[in-house]
Amino acid sequence: MAEEGQQHPLRIYWIMWGALFVLSGFSYATDFMDDGPVRTFLILLFMMLKAGGIIWIFMHMGWERLALKLAILGPPVAILVLIWLMSYEGLYIEDTRVEYYGESTMEPQTPHH
Amino acid sequence: MSEAVVSGAELEAAGKQGVVDDFSRDKQVFGVPWGKAMMWIFLLSDTFIFSCFLVGYMSVRIATTDPWPSPSEVFALQAFGYDVPLLLIAIMTFVLITSSGTMALAVNMGYRKDRTKTFWLMIATAVLGATFVSMQAYEWTKLISEGVRPWENPFGAAQFGSSFFMITGFHGMHVSAGVIYLLVIAFRVRNGFYEKRGGNYEIVEITGLYWHFVDLVWVFIFAFFYLW
Repeated sequence: MAEEGQQHPLRIYWIMWGALFVLSGFSYATDFMDDGPVRTFLILLFMMLKAGGIIWIFMHMGWERLALKLAILGPPVAILVLIWLMSYEGLYIEDTRVEYYGESTMEPQTPHH
Repeated sequence: MSEAVVSGAELEAAGKQGVVDDFSRDKQVFGVPWGKAMMWIFLLSDTFIFSCFLVGYMSVRIATTDPWPSPSEVFALQAFGYDVPLLLIAIMTFVLITSSGTMALAVNMGYRKDRTKTFWLMIATAVLGATFVSMQAYEWTKLISEGVRPWENPFGAAQFGSSFFMITGFHGMHVSAGVIYLLVIAFRVRNGFYEKRGGNYEIVEITGLYWHFVDLVWVFIFAFFYLW
């Protein structure tokens, strides 16, 4: 509780730390996959697992009272609406650009190292 | 850092009743030190800033008719004679995760009032953070030398450069600020600053919250900007 601060056994941090390494390895591995819905799903899955672990264990959110959890984790849900609106808007802008300017004729270079 | 938190058996109600109690009783709402509540609220506002950047990046990437440069190729590095995709970014990710672990341990040691271990773990975190920023500086230098600018780049859509510099720059600034913050608190822990204030090491956890947040933002940048 608050008066003693967030004290937890060390083991839980070691497990979380290891899990983050493994999950980041998986995240990186998705870069070698072919593009497609499976890859997109895995990118999002590993992202959510890592983010959840960091917030819940490392930032101790899992041990806080529900009032604090709701106050901090509730408002970001509004961002989902912004994502939805802006993706809709972006598609519309792309359509108008294609209609007025045509498809891109740009030939991008491949980076050489 | 006064411990003015009202506590007692009547506040132990959990779940929905606990939320109602916390908000409706004539007391401080959050049963945590004020510094921690304020850090959380700051991080919430920062969440919105980074979200706006990432959503802005999403919008311009959807809206452009030019092909988006492949991050996998743009950020590839030569190693052992091969082009390894995202090599530097992967190393940076692991450096940041390592620093998150040392920070979590520092917070724990702080609550155990082990000042020496807390100090060294925080220093290790700061060194790893500085390593991360240095690698980012190298990455920026490399991209700039290849002709990537906020308004154009040879690899595809011009919006790539502006999104890249804006998002990673703002994140890098957070890491740099975090390194300074860590160093200040670490030295205060060592020289007994908090001993004079009742030996309260909650500040280490508050610093940790900021540091973990920086790592958290990187998780999203890595997924959306580098992998997507």
